[in-house]
Amino acid sequence: MPGSLPYLSIALISASALAYEILLMKLFSIIQWHHFAYMIISLALLGYGASGTFLSLFRERLQSYFPYAYIGNIILFGLSSIFCFIAAQQIPFNPLEILWDMKQLFWMFGLYLLLTLPFFFAANAIGLAFIYDKTAISGVYAADLLGAGLGSLGILGLLYLFFPASILQFIALAALFAALIGFKELSLKPNTGAVLLFVLSFLAVVLLGRVSTLHMNEYKDLSQTLRITGTQIVEERSSPLGMLSVVESPEVPFRYVPGLSMASVVEPPQQLGVFTNGDGMSAITKYPDKMEQLGYLDYQTSALAYHLGDPDKVLILGAGGGSEILQALYHKTKVIDAVEIDPQMVDLVGKKYAGFAGNIYAMEHVTIHTAEARAYVASSAQKYDLIQMAMVDSFGASSAGLQSLSENYLYTVEALQLYLRHLKPEGYLSVTRWLKLPPRDTLKLFATAITVLEKNGVEEPQKHLVLIRGLQTSTLIIKNGVFSSVEIENLSHFCDERFFDIVYYDGLEMSESNRYNILDKPYFFQGTQALFENREQYFSDYKFDIRPATDDRPYFYHFFKWETLYEIFALRGTGGLHLLEWGYLVLLASLLQAIIASIVLILLPMIRFRKAEKITIATSKKRVLLYFFALGFGFLFLEIYFIQRFILFLSHPLYTVAVVLSAFLIFAGLGSRYSKRLGTLKGYRKSARYGIFGILIFGLLYVVMLDHIFGFLLTQKELIKIAASVVLIAPLAFAMGMPFAMGLSELGRHSESLIPWAWGVNGCASVISAVAATLVAIHFGFTAVMAMALLFYLSAYFSFPESLSD
Amino acid sequence: MRRNYLGLTLVFLLGSTLLHSGMIEKQYDKARKGMVKIIEEEVDDTEWHTGRPKLAKATINAMESVKRHEFVPLSSRLNAYENRPLSIGYGQTISQPYIVAIMTDLLDLKHSDRVLEIGTGSGYQAAVLAEIVKEVYTIEVIRELGISAAARLEKLGYKNINTRIGDGYYGWEEHAPYDAIIVTAAAGNIPPPLIKQLRPGGKMIIPVKSYFYVQHLILVSKDERGTVSTRQIMPVIFVPLTGQH
Repeated sequence: MPGSLPYLSIALISASALAYEILLMKLFSIIQWHHFAYMIISLALLGYGASGTFLSLFRERLQSYFPYAYIGNIILFGLSSIFCFIAAQQIPFNPLEILWDMKQLFWMFGLYLLLTLPFFFAANAIGLAFIYDKTAISGVYAADLLGAGLGSLGILGLLYLFFPASILQFIALAALFAALIGFKELSLKPNTGAVLLFVLSFLAVVLLGRVSTLHMNEYKDLSQTLRITGTQIVEERSSPLGMLSVVESPEVPFRYVPGLSMASVVEPPQQLGVFTNGDGMSAITKYPDKMEQLGYLDYQTSALAYHLGDPDKVLILGAGGGSEILQALYHKTKVIDAVEIDPQMVDLVGKKYAGFAGNIYAMEHVTIHTAEARAYVASSAQKYDLIQMAMVDSFGASSAGLQSLSENYLYTVEALQLYLRHLKPEGYLSVTRWLKLPPRDTLKLFATAITVLEKNGVEEPQKHLVLIRGLQTSTLIIKNGVFSSVEIENLSHFCDERFFDIVYYDGLEMSESNRYNILDKPYFFQGTQALFENREQYFSDYKFDIRPATDDRPYFYHFFKWETLYEIFALRGTGGLHLLEWGYLVLLASLLQAIIASIVLILLPMIRFRKAEKITIATSKKRVLLYFFALGFGFLFLEIYFIQRFILFLSHPLYTVAVVLSAFLIFAGLGSRYSKRLGTLKGYRKSARYGIFGILIFGLLYVVMLDHIFGFLLTQKELIKIAASVVLIAPLAFAMGMPFAMGLSELGRHSESLIPWAWGVNGCASVISAVAATLVAIHFGFTAVMAMALLFYLSAYFSFPESLSD
Repeated sequence: MRRNYLGLTLVFLLGSTLLHSGMIEKQYDKARKGMVKIIEEEVDDTEWHTGRPKLAKATINAMESVKRHEFVPLSSRLNAYENRPLSIGYGQTISQPYIVAIMTDLLDLKHSDRVLEIGTGSGYQAAVLAEIVKEVYTIEVIRELGISAAARLEKLGYKNINTRIGDGYYGWEEHAPYDAIIVTAAAGNIPPPLIKQLRPGGKMIIPVKSYFYVQHLILVSKDERGTVSTRQIMPVIFVPLTGQH
């Protein structure tokens, strides 16, 4: 008879594994790029699926040595978590060359294998516990989920306190601690061998921790900047939002002024470069002795609004290093509210380099708000003469399509509607973006603006819009009113003086639109005209997706169209590959690889099932496959849907992910724990169905009710909103913890040998579904993700793996 | 006796190495001609965007003359004549040959011209320019790259290329004005001192890059009166709107 199970160590290993997953994503976003990090980590999580396959094949042998196999796998997780990362950094993988150089595929595969190992060991430990005592499955699953929930909170705290590279050691040590606890929980007697093993493992982790430094890809902006003589990092800050590196370059000064006009003769004052995760530079500019030295800021397209009117009260969304604040100060703005999401950035400009930056945040008429931009606007009752959004993303990421995977709620139809509501009559909303050729986001933003004005019931939207472009930037202004002839005159004057081209105002002639920065055809002019005249046709004809983003499909950076893929690929000889949208293609590649690997991992144990006749399987394998696959998909789809819904309710995306993820995991853990009692009373099948029924009811209820509930609570304090979120998630998550535990317990009743297989199937499904959910959301919206989640649970309802003889 | 064998072996090895390197050079020559042919075909295809039906004879000759394989790391030599960008270390790339050719051609260079290049990189672009014009001045900001490019260009016998390590923002005033300027290390804006150092009637070309790839080219022209105009050129034949071409 099995002894008591090591629940505490299961929770701890689960917490460490989840923390490790999030940490790896952060680390790889720093050393590589976010989307490749996403692909590598997604595939590495197949370690869970591989563990199911491994346990299916070696179940009996491992079961008889359970305590040692369990402790051994935990220790291996600890050691490999740090070792594999260090080893992975030695692999010269350069994703940028992947389409040219076949070697890169080989390196990428090496990365997958290395990073799969830690997850494989962690999943082995948990999987072993499942098969060791089939009567305690609900408890094991509960410990697993509760641990994961706490891990997601713990890593957020650690990321605030420490640099990502140093957290690796904490996780490895936590795993060794879990092994020690497990040792005690399993009542194993310490002997010399065990003591030696722990001591050596501890020493290995400490030693490896000392060599675990980050080697950034040499193509990242920061790596390249640091090659320049005299440059050095003078300050580093880290938070869950990313790592900020402040760089000074005394010999070759930074002159970061995006889209500066050629007509500008003023050189910017001294600047410090600020890099986020080694990329996307912004600058903190030295406050000059004389305001005239800031004259260059009047030669950016973003300065247009100050020439159309005389805005007294300005809201700057995305304050960054403070250049838009300086621009507003240069134009003698009386009240400046600025919003910046990253407290580290606020601290750099407001405290650490306050003297350098001229104490701009301490100025009487400047107020800095540390908040997510849209959430700040939603909670504010203020109205402004000008809302200024300039260069909120970096050129590299923007132009290379690296952000196409990221949801962005700043540029959706609903977001623009919100900003417009916070404009005074005759106020301006000014949005400046990097210019891309062929036009993409400039036109998408223009289309969004038209849609918003139409939705707001504006009679002549064309009279509310102006758009200009310079060499590398474009600025769109939406006015809460009709542009007057004086304003249009000012616009022409502003552009003529700075060699900027006017793209749109009502009545603009084509000949006026392509004069200074000449394109072979006036694409921008043609695009804006077509968006008024024949929008739907233009959307479908255009080779990029420029339909407006909405809160349901918040992918502003997604421009990919399948029809264009072949054409772009055929243009690689003439430098056409930059037109490819990497983010989307990487997502697809991740999905394909995950599906292929999962098929192999799921089919492999089948051979053993067929060979070993003594294995008793009293249920349909198809049902097992369908049930656990559907649960894996359903769980992740629901979780992802709710994270997105709550992002707009809670004011900060980081807190949202932490609150929603941990609440889901913890309450699902409690649901699993409770299901044991229910299962004993009502039977496993009935209990699973109760759970699924609960999920369907609450799921549907929230689809209908959530907007109303959010509307009711929107103005409440943050703590109340967080508490309300937890209360809303609790019953749904509680129900979501039941079907998996009950399904696995049912297998324990009649088809024990399928338990590790089912665990593996669920692991594979979790990996595929995480990628698939993003694809579904990009194409069909998050409502479709929710609908599909409920369909998955519905199919689980009808495919419970009951015994064939029942 | 044994010494004789050793001597013979050495002579054989030396001979075969020389023969082999001669053969390799021939292979490279052949590959280079193939690359230029591909570039010419691509140029023909992209006339619609660049306004160039074919490359000037001088550009073709320059592309055929410069040994690109000498400018890439040993590990990439076999790929040197593929029409693709290659890594040269330090996070830098040697541009796709098509882009180098079209940028050179768009400058409408004459033999008597003096050209300034900001961003020497491997030195390949400077070498291509040096095949056409009288003097090339090139500035590199990364010390290690600048040193190795200067050594390479000297070894290859380019006497009309002057190299310097430093900040390209202020150009190289002593030798100004220039008939043409290539700013291969493009920033978010065009440094005004460079526009000043461009001779009236001269042209400046700027590839706007992100990571490995050139997004588009900016061609700046300064007319005889000193008025500056710019053209944004997509080197790629890509019509964003279907059914319009």
